[in-house]
Amino acid sequence: MAQPAGLLYSKEHEWVKLDGDVATVGITDYAQASLGDIVYVELPRLGATLEQFGSIGVVESVKAVSDIFTPVGGEVIAINDAIEADPALVNREPYDGGWFYKVKLGDVSQSAELMSPEQYDRLISQT
Amino acid sequence: MLQAVGVASLDELVRVPEALALRTPIAVTPQLSESEIAERFARFAARTTAGGYTSFLGAGAYRHYIPPVVGALAMRGEFLTAYTPYQAEVSQGYLQATYEWQSYITLLTGLDVANASVYDGATALAEAVIMAVNASGRKAVLVSRAVHPNYRAVLRTYAEGLELAVDELAYRADGRTDTASLDAALADQRYAAVVVQTPNMFGVIDPLAAAESARAAANGAVVIGVVAEALSLAALATPASWGARICVGEAQSFGNAVAYGGPHVGFIAAGSEHLRRMPGRLVGKSVDGEGRLAYVLTLQAREQHIRREKATSNICTNQAHCALCATIYLAAMGKTGLRDCAALNIARTRELRAAVTALDGFSARFAAPVFNEVAIRVPGRASDVLRALEDRAILGGLDLGRFYPELGDTLLMAATELTTGADIARLVGALAEVETRAAARI
Repeated sequence: MAQPAGLLYSKEHEWVKLDGDVATVGITDYAQASLGDIVYVELPRLGATLEQFGSIGVVESVKAVSDIFTPVGGEVIAINDAIEADPALVNREPYDGGWFYKVKLGDVSQSAELMSPEQYDRLISQT
Repeated sequence: MLQAVGVASLDELVRVPEALALRTPIAVTPQLSESEIAERFARFAARTTAGGYTSFLGAGAYRHYIPPVVGALAMRGEFLTAYTPYQAEVSQGYLQATYEWQSYITLLTGLDVANASVYDGATALAEAVIMAVNASGRKAVLVSRAVHPNYRAVLRTYAEGLELAVDELAYRADGRTDTASLDAALADQRYAAVVVQTPNMFGVIDPLAAAESARAAANGAVVIGVVAEALSLAALATPASWGARICVGEAQSFGNAVAYGGPHVGFIAAGSEHLRRMPGRLVGKSVDGEGRLAYVLTLQAREQHIRREKATSNICTNQAHCALCATIYLAAMGKTGLRDCAALNIARTRELRAAVTALDGFSARFAAPVFNEVAIRVPGRASDVLRALEDRAILGGLDLGRFYPELGDTLLMAATELTTGADIARLVGALAEVETRAAARI
């Protein structure tokens, strides 16, 4: 399955949508399918400062709890309340309504550490 | 196998240094017959029972009547020898009983969720503080000095490893927590929680005022209510009603013997906003593949055996059998029975207080209302009075001076539904002798 274009990807199966120095982060379709029915997402606090690749929250499904490793660092400027009330939204719309949080990038060059859609596609087809 | 590891004998493999080697036979009681063993332990038991003593001791473990139905049901093999109900299909009985325990705890505390129990009231408090710390990200808690000293000591043990600051609120002359400084203390928003116990260590009814709780919450601190005498929940306003969002405590009073301090059973209840941070086991009600009602262990992803170092707590067990006894007790007593029992406790304690303070030199230490314990100021030292009472086969209570140096002249005495008028009369007679002796010495 082709990965949505216009996004960057991390090894930990997160996607990043860049808009200037604001990044929106979520988990990929591969991730939500592997996790199964998601029942809870613990998001970072508004205003928190994240370090790139640090563990900043959890995604809990019926069978596992997975850490969220932020693909980019910066200040958390928005979190998605909709998935607090309806965690299954992440399964249904991993790239749209199921976004997790937005950060204001401290260092825009961090995006260079991430993968292109093709690179990510290769990663998951190897698994 | 000895060949494989390259030694000739077991002695060569396991070599005990000569200085440590045991060369003389160990003195062990020789083999006895079954009846001799039974008789031997009956003699031991007869030496250690408190039978024959009249007890006014409470201070965190309370003498209450345990109806025979508790033992009759709890000692059934299905309950007594069952293991943790990981396999829900064969554990529906225990899971249902535990679900009922959780339900009772939420009813009694007025909160939304309760877990399957923890070890005791002291560790329950430590866990509640950890919940508040995780909820707020703050590393300090404010605890009333009127909270049971053993609970505060256990909290400090947990706090040391977690590098939490534990600050204390003093108590007032009337025996209640001094909340005058509460607003000032909360102003810089460094406290994860404010902790009070009601009834407190002095028996005094000591909740926060609803407005005080609201201000604490507005400052981001979680209000934690502690209950060491669970029976009080049948007489007093629920902790939720005065603003506690986590309520923890000791449920030994329900159907569990004092038993020299244990095993007892701790409870944790909280508002639903804290559900995911709750430690320990949680039983949930669901349906099976055929739509039939089924109970299961739920939200296990928070637990130690799955989350490991990221779990909400290291606990991955509960006090299942003790909680079961408590549940049977509550079912047998019912709402009316429990309220009547609590009322009896209040009445007996009033009688006790009136009778004792009528003696010269004895007075109530604190003016505020109490539930089933009262702090009595005695002539001289409380420890001396206790010794004199013990000579007369009376356990007079707790010398508060052991934990509060300024209260060395104060005895904490409890009266429950098991305390009789004759017990109080014996106590008064014994204290009158003590009083006469003390007066004679002056």
